[in-house]
Amino acid sequence: MLHITQPWPWYVAGVVAGLTVPALLLLGNKHFGISANLRHVCAACIPGRVRFFDYNWKKEMWNLFFAAGIIVGGYLASQYLSTSDPVVLHPDLKKELALYGITEHAGLLPKQLFSLETLFSLKGFLLFIVGGFLVGFGARYAGGCTSGHAIMGLSTLQWPSLVATISFMIGGLIMANIVLPLILSL
Amino acid sequence: MPPSAAEYQNRTLDTMCVNESTLTHKWYHNLKYLAVGIIFGITFVKAEIISWYRIQEMFRFQSFHMYGVIGTAVLTGIVSVWLIKRTGVKTIYGERIEFHDKKFNKGQIIGGLLFGFGWAITGACPGPLFAQIGAGTLVVAATLLSAIAGTWVYGYFRDRLPH
Repeated sequence: MLHITQPWPWYVAGVVAGLTVPALLLLGNKHFGISANLRHVCAACIPGRVRFFDYNWKKEMWNLFFAAGIIVGGYLASQYLSTSDPVVLHPDLKKELALYGITEHAGLLPKQLFSLETLFSLKGFLLFIVGGFLVGFGARYAGGCTSGHAIMGLSTLQWPSLVATISFMIGGLIMANIVLPLILSL
Repeated sequence: MPPSAAEYQNRTLDTMCVNESTLTHKWYHNLKYLAVGIIFGITFVKAEIISWYRIQEMFRFQSFHMYGVIGTAVLTGIVSVWLIKRTGVKTIYGERIEFHDKKFNKGQIIGGLLFGFGWAITGACPGPLFAQIGAGTLVVAATLLSAIAGTWVYGYFRDRLPH
């Protein structure tokens, strides 16, 4: 069932992801929260004279190492632990994507969207630049992303994190179902 | 050294840990966090959490997978934190594990919605962005740079935004 090159089921992935919470706490009293790294990069590289970036980011070096680990893990898993089988999609999603001309589903991300050519188009600008900007801006404004609020915050029973998580989901639902179809049709 | 009052205030605005070790470690002590990150990154790819498709399916209620992952992660986290609090276990360096309550502010709603917009468009939140780059989808570097830009712009306008 759990063959190393096949996709892992949610109950395995969820447990491993969840165990990151106690792991970081036990290793050094660190609170799980990946988007904080975006803030640390700003503080380290482009603080300007912005008070929000005026702190000792070097104390958060552990998190930057953690993020680097994610990059390495992504590399290792895709190089050595993956199949080249096409990803299995819900038929309705497949039909919807076909409407936008997205028909090649060989990898985990549709390469017709995630290509250099798409990047330099209006569609790509919205998908990568505007989308990325919203992820960074929104996460900082909310004080965390899915790792900091949905996982760590809820694990520590923080109700503000529940508010944030619900807001994440509502935002995503609106965007995916109403606006994204328009963007993908460009 | 404990942070100054101003720095403490600055850091509590975020998920950043204000608990600090009173021990100063050499840099290679950070390698254990790299190791946890590697496991996390592998999981991200293997469970297809980094897949743009899975996020689209999640927001269209076409698949239980992502809800299963997040739900199980939260449950695991809740149980782990409860056990840590109950047993009073310390860090591997013998220091107390501390928790701080988050304060509510409107940013969680407004920022949360904006984050959700970005999450659906890109099909990724910050963690998966790193894993996608590691997995070879280098165009995502553009997304990551934009996310850093978004973070910076927030920091710049912070005092003028409703909280």
